[in-house]
Amino acid sequence: MHELSIVESVVDAVTETAAKYPGAKVKSVKLRVGVLAAVVQESLEFCWELATVGTPLAGAALVVNAVPIGLHCAACGRDSEIDGVQSMRCPNCGELAAELLQGRELEIESIEIEEPDSESAGQQVGKSAARA
Amino acid sequence: MTTRIVELRRGILKKNDELAAGLRERYTRAGALVLNLVSSPGTGKTAFLELTLRRLTQAGAKAAALVGDLETDNDARRLAASGAPARQVNTHGICHLDAEMIGKHLDDWAGIEGGVVLEGLDYLFIENVGNLVCPSSYDLGEKIRVALLSVTEGEDKPLKYPTLFNSADAAAITKIDIAEPCGFDRELALHNINEIRPGIRIFETSAKTGAGMDAWLAYLEGQREALRG
Repeated sequence: MHELSIVESVVDAVTETAAKYPGAKVKSVKLRVGVLAAVVQESLEFCWELATVGTPLAGAALVVNAVPIGLHCAACGRDSEIDGVQSMRCPNCGELAAELLQGRELEIESIEIEEPDSESAGQQVGKSAARA
Repeated sequence: MTTRIVELRRGILKKNDELAAGLRERYTRAGALVLNLVSSPGTGKTAFLELTLRRLTQAGAKAAALVGDLETDNDARRLAASGAPARQVNTHGICHLDAEMIGKHLDDWAGIEGGVVLEGLDYLFIENVGNLVCPSSYDLGEKIRVALLSVTEGEDKPLKYPTLFNSADAAAITKIDIAEPCGFDRELALHNINEIRPGIRIFETSAKTGAGMDAWLAYLEGQREALRG
């Protein structure tokens, strides 16, 4: 239910970053979402369209990478990733493992932007000129 | 056109996390133990909290509560009957409390006549909006997050809503006075909570009979002493 406010935070953060690259268009936004982050991927995708309409991010793709639970087992000392979210048991020794290493992530990993060539070409010319 | 990847690596709820970190510092400076109570609607958070406030106030501790609901100030009025001050936070449709709301209400509360100042408190309880999903994402700067589960809800609640139970520091099972007629399987409930949050302290309570409240209050006092070092 709070996916819309989460998506709005993403839009704000990405718009701020994208503003540093004038003329660039945001092609995609990549998120890292832990399976324990209490966020539903389908809801994020649904809200993404609504939240990006009329912003510089309109038309950009949302890519959500799920982060599985990672546990440190005090009993056998090993770190491992587990499938699912139903039991915090070490897959190696079967003991309950209280220490969560990952799985609550809710992060913007990166954005993919497309910059107009004229600018980069200009920079290239500038560099060659300086060398000459 | 040239494509470029720009790394951000920033938390989506960074703003809330930063505000919560500021609140946590404020609570610690004030020496107040702050708890965030989270459960589904109807678990009995308010009854549990009302009795907690009453018992703490009777014992001479200074306790207060902020209570979140979408609408109405019914719960604040119920809680205030305990003798401890209580203030309602209406979210008007938002499904959780966030750090900005808490900070604002604490400031407003301190500013009114007869209001509550954090520095004058031993305990501040924040009763979250009844919801087992969204509140788990929003840090309120609390020292202890308490997940509540009533005997009427089914023993598999922790498995259905693992995020909330996994992020809790303590758990309370409420309404144990009616456990038997509800066919509540105590062992299974304790097992399920422990599968999701191994080693978590679990209190079995009834706001009606007062069962389990001594252990809960002793825990609170211990946590508060630990906070003040």
